[in-house]
Amino acid sequence: MCVAVPAEVLEIKEGNIGVVDYGDLKQEVRLDLVDVKVGEFVLVHVGFAIQRLSREEGLETREIFRQVYAAMEE
Amino acid sequence: MPAGTDIAKSLKEAVDRDMAFMHICGTHEAAIARAGLRSLLPEHLKIVMGPGCPVCITPQGEIDAALELAGRGCIVATYGDLLRVPGTKGSLESCGGDVRVVQGIHKAVGIAQKTDSDVVFISVGFETTAPTVAAMMLTKPPENFSILSCHRIVPPAMKWLLEQGEAKLNGFMLPGHVCTVMGFAEYEQFPVPQVVAGFEPDDILLGLLMLVKQVKEGTHRVENAYPRAVSREGNVKAKRIMYEVFEPSDVEWRGFPVIRGSGLRLKEEFSQYDAWKKYGIMYKHVAKHPACICDKVLRGIAQPSDCKMFAKACTPRTPVGPCMVSHEGACKIWHMYNVRKT
Ligand code: SF4
Repeated sequence: MCVAVPAEVLEIKEGNIGVVDYGDLKQEVRLDLVDVKVGEFVLVHVGFAIQRLSREEGLETREIFRQVYAAMEE
Repeated sequence: MPAGTDIAKSLKEAVDRDMAFMHICGTHEAAIARAGLRSLLPEHLKIVMGPGCPVCITPQGEIDAALELAGRGCIVATYGDLLRVPGTKGSLESCGGDVRVVQGIHKAVGIAQKTDSDVVFISVGFETTAPTVAAMMLTKPPENFSILSCHRIVPPAMKWLLEQGEAKLNGFMLPGHVCTVMGFAEYEQFPVPQVVAGFEPDDILLGLLMLVKQVKEGTHRVENAYPRAVSREGNVKAKRIMYEVFEPSDVEWRGFPVIRGSGLRLKEEFSQYDAWKKYGIMYKHVAKHPACICDKVLRGIAQPSDCKMFAKACTPRTPVGPCMVSHEGACKIWHMYNVRKT
């Protein structure tokens, strides 16, 4: 449950909700804990953006997390 | 990608005495096991997993409290990781109550909005997770919603481990995701080498090398080897929201006694959402399963393979302790990667 995955913010909706892109999946997440703009990267944990990330960091860590977590979920 | 052979070489050259470091993060353990990093380390260097799995450190008394709520007819919303953790009488999965797996607290609130029944969210997790719960508390969830707060915060447990000294640690690799939110200023109080490390095999080896150097220099400080995601102050907004809603409390951890200020309870203003109070549930300490050594694994003084039941009576399908249930549990991770005793 402690997994956290980088994603790009695609859209910001009413009520602190945003649509993010994990690379292969788009999902709504809550943005209560961060101030972000469209196009920025965030770290997503249990359906919430918990911190802003730089674009490079977002893209770079995405792959390693994907591999580690895919294995953890097996 | 072969994991950091250069860094591994520098490590071999640098380690000139027995050293042991603890990490406190399930994702670190998974990354270490996956890359087989322990086999690359010099003989005298040990990295052990501490109490870094939030599901594992949740004591059985809290699992029993969740089961009691399910037994009283509440809809219990929980992270999937908690489902199979054994309580005194069965688990959430086997209890026959209305138990629903949710991604996070916002989905549990969504369930409450569509029913007249009482919905209780089993709120486990470290500082990575607690702010998400606090944020939802501030959105005024419906009256039939409450949370069973089982949150824990990391620094008081580190303090306990250091004071107690049983694990003979030379330093800590700090939990990356917790520090993403909280920053690392509060770790500066601990007079031991500490490094915030990332999650690539190279990041972890580099973190270890920095720890080894501090030990050899005889110094201690908090170094940030993961500046891309972690800053000294962390996510200030998330921290503010967390402390607007929660206050520290004295709670037990699985494998640990009651640690002062290591839990989070809802502040008075939010007591209508506090399931402990709303349903008058009393926390009861439960003695551990006699053969399961999860307690020692969580304190960093035993490895999963030291347990007689590991991969025999205890497997992910037939878990005896929580460390074999959670994706972040050391026993589950070792079982998956078939790690032998190192
Ligand atoms: S292998 Fe099973 S019984 Fe042994 S410590 Fe791990 S969870 Fe407990």
